[in-house]
Amino acid sequence: MGAKMVDFAGFDMPVHYGSQLEEHHQVRQHAGIFDVSHMVVVDVLGAGARDYLRHLLSNDIDKMGHRGSALYSCMLNEQGGVIDDLIVYFIDTQHYRIVLNAGSAQKDLAWMESQAQHFALGLQRRDDLSIIAAQGPETRTLLDRLNDPFITDTIHTIGRFECALGENLFIARTGYTGEDGFEIIIPNRDALALWENLSAIGFKPCGLGARDTLRLEAGYNLYGQDMDESTSPLISNLAWTIAFQPEDRFFIGKNALLAEKEHGVQQKMVGLVLTDKGVLRSHQRVVLADGKEGMTTSGSFSPTLGQSIALARIPKGDYEDCEVIIRDKPYKAKIVKPPFVPFNSSQKH
Amino acid sequence: MHTVPQELSYTTTHEWVRIENDIATVGITEHAQSLLGDLVFVDLPTVKKGLAVGDDAAVVESVKAAADVYSPINGEVIEVNTALSDAPELINQDPYGAGWLFKIKIVGELPLTLLSAQDYQSMLDEEL
Repeated sequence: MGAKMVDFAGFDMPVHYGSQLEEHHQVRQHAGIFDVSHMVVVDVLGAGARDYLRHLLSNDIDKMGHRGSALYSCMLNEQGGVIDDLIVYFIDTQHYRIVLNAGSAQKDLAWMESQAQHFALGLQRRDDLSIIAAQGPETRTLLDRLNDPFITDTIHTIGRFECALGENLFIARTGYTGEDGFEIIIPNRDALALWENLSAIGFKPCGLGARDTLRLEAGYNLYGQDMDESTSPLISNLAWTIAFQPEDRFFIGKNALLAEKEHGVQQKMVGLVLTDKGVLRSHQRVVLADGKEGMTTSGSFSPTLGQSIALARIPKGDYEDCEVIIRDKPYKAKIVKPPFVPFNSSQKH
Repeated sequence: MHTVPQELSYTTTHEWVRIENDIATVGITEHAQSLLGDLVFVDLPTVKKGLAVGDDAAVVESVKAAADVYSPINGEVIEVNTALSDAPELINQDPYGAGWLFKIKIVGELPLTLLSAQDYQSMLDEEL
């Protein structure tokens, strides 16, 4: 396949199968597939599942009004730092499914176990499952060609952030690209055949490289880079994921976040668009008009915009532009609110 | 297998050099561009800049990484490939031709560190 492989959290992962730029454009304009089986699926099973997750997660799973809903959330430590970000799926009142980042799964599971003691539930790590993400505006048209009744029915009935569990297949209308699409969770033994079928009907295999530029354009954080255990979600553009209401719900990290709000949140995460030519990367200094400084957390060339973009953490304040220091030289950048490329951009006119 | 033109000289850091009289044209090899992937930005030296062997001369950036280009020759920059400013992909498409980076007026003897095409090829074979 001509894939360039790298080690990622102990997995051999393809960065790209050919051209990273082509894979990126393919997903924005047509459709691509990503093998994201390195991510870890955990089933939370039992009568105590709901209470447990309302204690464990900073977003409130009760926002999911019905079975077959999905919710993005952070999992915080007592200090309000982010242990991981995840998606939780509401399959049944005694069955929730969580998808964790590969790099943090070990510590996540240890933490989840340690918090589970007072609840009636079991945590089941599903290493028997693989995940294939099919993303891009043509995803549904192509998936119809599989002629699988469950898939066809599901993809035409579920809305954004909804999911459905079939006999051997779990389908969720979620993703990490800023395009409409589906994440398909499937037993390992069936995954290769599905991957090959999807390639045969017109999905282009895409690597981790394109996945990173797509998520950055969409303004999605990357765990370990844009936030980690030392950063609060309130300075990571994730305040919208924190459910402080209802007041009588306690979740881990809540008191720390309330105290942070009380004292006044000191920083914020913004988007940068480089107006000079160059490439923004993580850990570059950001200098503001008043001399205050921030730091980029993720940066890359945006294939869609043809300019370089970054996420950066800067002091609170009204700033419109800044300079980024690249190899000791200042480069001009505009400060914007992510996303850099609106959701489902090619479908809007 | 990547192309390694016979008539060029090379460095262990994957630059190529074409020497014509006292002018050296410098670029990065096909192997180097393939490792970097799609190039999106090139930071070229200023004309008249003096360079010694091993000096940082340019930076090439792909979507995924930035790489320094070192001067393979002692001399002075006399011309840079301005076409790369709008079309850095020329380096991917034609690394030994339209994707050249800069030209140096050679000062003094050629450095002994330059590799022949055969030596560079052997080095690549060992890396793989």
